[in-house]
Amino acid sequence: MHHLLPLLVAVPLLGAGLLVAVGRALPRVAADTVGCAVSAGTAALVIVLLLNSSPPRTEWVGGWTPVDGRSVGIVLVGDGPGLGMAALASLLTLAALTYSWRYFEEPPRRHAGSYPALMLVFQAGMCGFAITGDLFNAFVFFELMSVVAYALTGYRVEEAKAVQGALTFGVVNSLGAYAMLMGIALLYARTGELTMSLIGRGLDAHGGPDALVLASFVLVLTGLLVKAAAVPFHFWLPDAHAVAPTPVCMLLSGVMVELGVYGAWRVYGTVFSGPGGVPAADLERMLVVLGALTAAVGAVMCWYQRHIKRLLAYSTVAHIGLFLIGIGVLTPQADDGIALYILGHAGVKAALFACTGILLDRYGSVDEHVLHGRARRQRAVAVMFVVGGLGLAGLPPFAGALGKSVAEEAAGGPLAVLYVIASAMTAGAVLRVAARVFLGLGPPPPDAGEYETTGSGEEPETRGRLGFVPDTMTAVPALLLAGALAAGVAPGFGETVARAVNEAGSGGAVVPVHWTPYGILLGLVSTAVAVGLAALAVTRPRLLAAPDWALPLRRLQSGHVGDYVAWLLVGATLLGALALPGVLGT
Amino acid sequence: MNRRFRLWLVAVGSAGLAALLVAACLELPDFGGAWHPYGDRAVRASLDRHTANTVASVNFDQRAFDTLGEMTILFAAVLGCVVLLRQTRDEHRARPEPADVEPPVRRYALIVLPVALLTGLYVIAHGQLSPGGGFQGGVVAATALHLLYLGADYRALERIRPVGLYEVGDAAAACAYLVLGLAGVLAGTAFLANTLLPYGTFNTLSSGGTVPLLNAAIGMEVACAVVVLLARFLDQAVEIEEESRA
Amino acid sequence: MSVLPYLVAAWVFLAGCYGLAASRNLIHAVGCLSVCQAATYVLLLAVGYRDDATAPVYSDIEPGSRPVVDPVVQALALTDVVVGATVTALLLALVVQISKRHGTVDPDELSELRG
Repeated sequence: MHHLLPLLVAVPLLGAGLLVAVGRALPRVAADTVGCAVSAGTAALVIVLLLNSSPPRTEWVGGWTPVDGRSVGIVLVGDGPGLGMAALASLLTLAALTYSWRYFEEPPRRHAGSYPALMLVFQAGMCGFAITGDLFNAFVFFELMSVVAYALTGYRVEEAKAVQGALTFGVVNSLGAYAMLMGIALLYARTGELTMSLIGRGLDAHGGPDALVLASFVLVLTGLLVKAAAVPFHFWLPDAHAVAPTPVCMLLSGVMVELGVYGAWRVYGTVFSGPGGVPAADLERMLVVLGALTAAVGAVMCWYQRHIKRLLAYSTVAHIGLFLIGIGVLTPQADDGIALYILGHAGVKAALFACTGILLDRYGSVDEHVLHGRARRQRAVAVMFVVGGLGLAGLPPFAGALGKSVAEEAAGGPLAVLYVIASAMTAGAVLRVAARVFLGLGPPPPDAGEYETTGSGEEPETRGRLGFVPDTMTAVPALLLAGALAAGVAPGFGETVARAVNEAGSGGAVVPVHWTPYGILLGLVSTAVAVGLAALAVTRPRLLAAPDWALPLRRLQSGHVGDYVAWLLVGATLLGALALPGVLGT
Repeated sequence: MNRRFRLWLVAVGSAGLAALLVAACLELPDFGGAWHPYGDRAVRASLDRHTANTVASVNFDQRAFDTLGEMTILFAAVLGCVVLLRQTRDEHRARPEPADVEPPVRRYALIVLPVALLTGLYVIAHGQLSPGGGFQGGVVAATALHLLYLGADYRALERIRPVGLYEVGDAAAACAYLVLGLAGVLAGTAFLANTLLPYGTFNTLSSGGTVPLLNAAIGMEVACAVVVLLARFLDQAVEIEEESRA
Repeated sequence: MSVLPYLVAAWVFLAGCYGLAASRNLIHAVGCLSVCQAATYVLLLAVGYRDDATAPVYSDIEPGSRPVVDPVVQALALTDVVVGATVTALLLALVVQISKRHGTVDPDELSELRG
């Protein structure tokens, strides 16, 4: 069965190749159908492989099985977390392609296949990154998914914001990727290997950590955290997510950014967790500090947005912070919680983006203030938006809530409070939007001054403003929300995920993953806080408007690519400083 | 954020990163050392499979999966440029005017064109034997065609360069690489396994099993991709004009 | 002396980063990104170098007669070159569109996205 692992990359690529080859002769409908079919086929293949992934198997591409423990080939790892991320990427690609079916903006003349082909290549890149066990190969697929993402982000070239956001995204992510490659080269020099597990063993054989291990760790992690959009590498994300076409946002926010977190987890666990790597206490300090910063900045900035897509993008930043804390505390239980949290978050966030896309295509705006009370008749969308907001807050029994409660228990103490506050703030912002846009509650909110990005003046992504909302566009968010809900209530699903994660990560430790009274209580508390915040914001807009101290934080998000590069350098230094004590101590 | 503050940030960040990198460099094995375990294994594996150019063996046999990703990045970039540099609603196409070219330039370009094209094809064909291969040769061949633009004019280039055909060629070559890889799966070995064809006589054109075939697929893909990429940029420079905003 | 090539790579990387941060022209910035990438070529090839060795191509030397440099890093560098070229092409395509939509390629004057 594991021989089929490389097909997760090959099948969507073949579909993309065929779409481009015959795309000139293909009508729009046929191209979209082929895209959906290939994507669905790959998703089915991943799921079959996932069901057969216990015990985890590896596959050497090209049949280069190791001789005396050494190989010259590339290894793919078919374990639960890798295939789980590949499955998530595939299902979301299918959802995004279905969402854009026939209605998404006209492709370039005589290139009907180009949009679905790009989405399929994106899917292939994400699957490849998720399953590879070779560090350089990970870089290649990292770049593949980045390149496609830049092109898709700038897809609407007629929009001034879109091309600017895409370029920023491209420059910052590519720089991160090159930093990662520098780190890979350093590791290759030290160990003479590229397979992750062999690099890990090589480091251990060399003795305790030294400056080289620290530098390579910092460089590799810089690349992955840029992708994951951790503070202070996060600036590109709101700029890119605010301007990318809605179906692309679903993928960027739902799974691509999370792949950065997954990559950090994978690389630490396989390469740097041994005695020759980075000590656990240093990693914990690094990820928890960065995660807490990310959650705080993301939540605060999310609250002050009026551009709905940008608001959702900051909510993703806040959640990434929570994920980083979770993998940073280095307990099997927290890993399991984060795996579930990522699944639940992906469904909810993609659904929220899908709903926002409907607003854009129907009303030509994604601005909370401009849309005030205008979407009263979109009852179905309103319900989904509110349900999405509640899911984001962690209302049981969403899968995200289950994951969050497990991670909260593992992190404990003040970090659990941060989980509650960050998720409540971002969910509160979403519910505030819902109350204003769909219900028209409260007075029109005041403007915060000129230093903000409004969501008005955007072109719809369809051929013109939609007179009615097509069924595919409403069915997709409904299914995504149902999926996020089902993953939380399906008996045994949490245990299955936990077993798969622990089998790959922590040597098969068995930890209980189920609803506890404490977890349910925290979930209800954060939902209540979110609803309360939203109610307060709608009824008393001035009370919770941006205070003066928030302005410097907003000014940091300047849209200037040079600033972002400067922050990237500072971030790398910060990572080095946070991990320094343990390396000095040995 | 003003420029001063940004440069301060750069100074702090660079200083930290520089310290880290310098400290790491001091710990690296000495430059020019003899310890290259992976490299030694790769050379042995390459010779076992009768591939004289070990770099080609790494690229198209041992780490052919990397090359698949690399080819796809190029394929995706071409697709991306087709999308990003499309003719938008407020733009129209203008026929480029014929241009005069200085006779020496024209003579030189037209003489060099076939030589450059042939060189490109030679470099592709000998990828498994001598330095070079599909990537390098493909770029040479594709740029050779553009000598016609320098030596004659844009219309002459357009006659020998039907972009649509090259787009199809790009996709077809990418599919060919994948199909060669899938043949291994169908034959019951592994994806991209180089076990289907005989390895041939060392240091001849047909040596190396599937290496020459994958190399040729890459050569075609790169040549077509570069032609399409350049065509998109030339379109922007020569043909596409913005509607006057009056 | 034996660390000098590595230090060159580090220097080139940081020089590229400085250029990116201080750039006043997006085309220049994309060029600076390529400079950062050039650092990775230098580092990879420096890591794979072996004293007194020749190219790892056996069409004109007898196998085993001479040491050869590490072919793996050369293949990695080739991959890296292709990645770099395509990323540059894509980013330049975006710069073309930025110059059309914004009428400028100075990053200081792009102010659509902030806050």
